[in-house]
Amino acid sequence: MSELKIVVCLKVVPKSEEVSVNPETNTLERGNARSEINAADMNALQLALDLKDTHGGSVTLVSMGPPFAERYLRLGMAMGADAGYLLSDRAFGGADTLPTSYVLAEGVRALQECDLVVCGEESSDGATGQVPAGIAEWLDLPQVTGVTTAQLLPKSRLIRARRELHGGYEVVEAPLPCLVSVRLGANEPRFIDFQRWDWALEEAPVTVWSAADLNLDESLVGLKGSATVVAGVAAAATAERRREFLSGTAEEKAEQLLERIKNWTRA
Amino acid sequence: MIDPRYGPQEAAGVWVHLEHEAGELASVSKEILGRARALADERQEPLTAVLMGSGVGGAALEAVSLGADEVLVAEHPLLDPYTTAPHAKVLDALVAERKPDILLLAASPDGRDLAGRLAVRLRTGLTADCTDLRINPENGLLVGEVTGFGQGILATIECPDHRPQMATVRPGVFQRPEPDASREGRVEKIAVELSEADRPVRVMRRSLKHGVDITQAERLVVAGRGVSGDLALLKRLARLLKAEIGGTRVAADAGWVGHDRMVGQTGSVTHPKLALVCGVSGAFQFTVGIQDAGTVIAINSDKDAPIFDVADVCVVDDVFQVLPRLIEYLESEKKKNGRSD
Ligand SMILES: Cc1cc2nc3c(=O)[nH]c(=O)nc-3n(C[C@H](O)[C@H](O)[C@H](O)COP(=O)(O)OP(=O)(O)OC[C@H]3O[C@@H](n4cnc5c(N)ncnc54)[C@H](O)[C@@H]3O)c2cc1C
Ligand SMILES: Nc1ncnc2c1ncn2[C@@H]1O[C@H](COP(=O)(O)O)[C@@H](O)[C@H]1O
Repeated sequence: MSELKIVVCLKVVPKSEEVSVNPETNTLERGNARSEINAADMNALQLALDLKDTHGGSVTLVSMGPPFAERYLRLGMAMGADAGYLLSDRAFGGADTLPTSYVLAEGVRALQECDLVVCGEESSDGATGQVPAGIAEWLDLPQVTGVTTAQLLPKSRLIRARRELHGGYEVVEAPLPCLVSVRLGANEPRFIDFQRWDWALEEAPVTVWSAADLNLDESLVGLKGSATVVAGVAAAATAERRREFLSGTAEEKAEQLLERIKNWTRA
Repeated sequence: MIDPRYGPQEAAGVWVHLEHEAGELASVSKEILGRARALADERQEPLTAVLMGSGVGGAALEAVSLGADEVLVAEHPLLDPYTTAPHAKVLDALVAERKPDILLLAASPDGRDLAGRLAVRLRTGLTADCTDLRINPENGLLVGEVTGFGQGILATIECPDHRPQMATVRPGVFQRPEPDASREGRVEKIAVELSEADRPVRVMRRSLKHGVDITQAERLVVAGRGVSGDLALLKRLARLLKAEIGGTRVAADAGWVGHDRMVGQTGSVTHPKLALVCGVSGAFQFTVGIQDAGTVIAINSDKDAPIFDVADVCVVDDVFQVLPRLIEYLESEKKKNGRSD
């Protein structure tokens, strides 16, 4: 096999615990929320970097997002990725999974050569794992979603991956080129490599591509290209809980618990 | 906009894609059938179920007893076990030919895998991981309710111009309908043409225990990181309380409990009368899984843990101090009752 080329799709997301609903306008307030690389994408990157460590080749990061996402691509390059592409354009804003997967697929296509696309299984800010399958469809690639581990069989140009299922798992083999999505928590993302830090921050190549750079029709991207609309946003009603704190020693608390459990299970 | 393959004028009918393991319907598919029946009644439209695999005849009859008016059965050796490409090919062809208005799938690993692929092939919208489905009385559109925008946020999503209106449904959110053996429905065999070239991904090995269904458990004992992998303790407690064991994502990822026992956004939404939650911090992605519980008891050594905001009884203490004693009391209680019986 010629040099292995892996693309990792990294999404920069607001820290979910810092997003809230404005009770007056019923809109999301992400204003003050800090950002991070989507947690599952860190696992995707780790899986890709492990493959690169074993087989050589390169790892390229692709992200669709606002200009500040560049910093996070540099973080990924400090971890071990070789190049970053930021797909950034006002026209990309407000996209649901249909145009998001389209733009990312066009970004990957523009890189020309790619043996393996690695995504996270799901992003923490609302969308739930539909983008990877969408990218695979636009690019007409086989897909394996929800992967926990993967090995490459370079001679036969196959990837062997384990998928978690309800109550079990399966091991599948897919031909390259293909796309895999990696489960949140599948591995321990590595630390930043300090040897790469200065390079990543200053020299590492980050290319920014707009809709025009990718030759994309603006009516197919962003809000305009979306099929779904958010009809409403609200704070979730939470069940009123009693929040009764038991007091005393551990024994006394255990006794009080026993009394309550006895009452409930009798009722 | 990205042009859909067909639009609202041509579309009619409610469809459910059914998931099964070795011909046995998945519980989430039964739950979706129940809700879809209500949606179809409201729209005065037939309910169609789609079954793909091999040896699924029994499941087709079960789907009728659970509310389907019509079951489309596509059987082929290459459809078993599930892989994306052949399933997407067959379902895409069926949808393009018959143009349903609504298409519902399970938000399970395979359901999500298929739905994401199919939505793009059909150039339509997909509302993923719904916690509720209803019809908007004003415009007749399917409304999918989703959580997961972070801290306690609910959004409702519609798909106005593209068809079918697709949604995946989270396990455990809808009630399973009672089967009615006297219901009548039509089972139609679909001719399937597939070749090896249609199945690029091969399943080499598949290991499935009968997955535990925690969504229906009456009582649940939930392990979080704070139990440090000491499941022996929790299992004893669960046995005494006749409860099922559940776990947080941390507990599942660490292998302390199976992934089928995970509670929450990625795991399952549960409905126990009693949930005893041990060493769990109470992240939003977890608490959505117990919000329908009758009573929540939380044990956590950190008095500021967010789990206490969503608990009825709050025990600020070390699980290793409280649980052994609770177990001891429950055991002696049991002995006492045993003697008096
Ligand atoms: C997209 C996405 C989806 C997710 N889906 C899910 C999901 O479905 N389900 C899920 O659970 N999580 C999910 N998570 C993860 C979730 O955000 C939390 O990380 C997870 O729930 C934390 O698990 P935990 O409470 O066991 O661990 P921790 O958050 O580490 O909490 C452990 C708690 O134990 C307490 N503790 C420690 N020792 C003791 C002791 N001896 N006695 C008593 N208490 C003790 C600590 O005070 C702490 O509060 C998801 C995350 C993302 C990003
Ligand atoms: N804007 C984006 N930029 C890069 N990758 C993305 C983007 N959106 C989604 N992805 C990828 O798709 C995965 C699943 O996202 P989602 O379908 O939004 O849950 C993420 O973990 C990323 O790998």
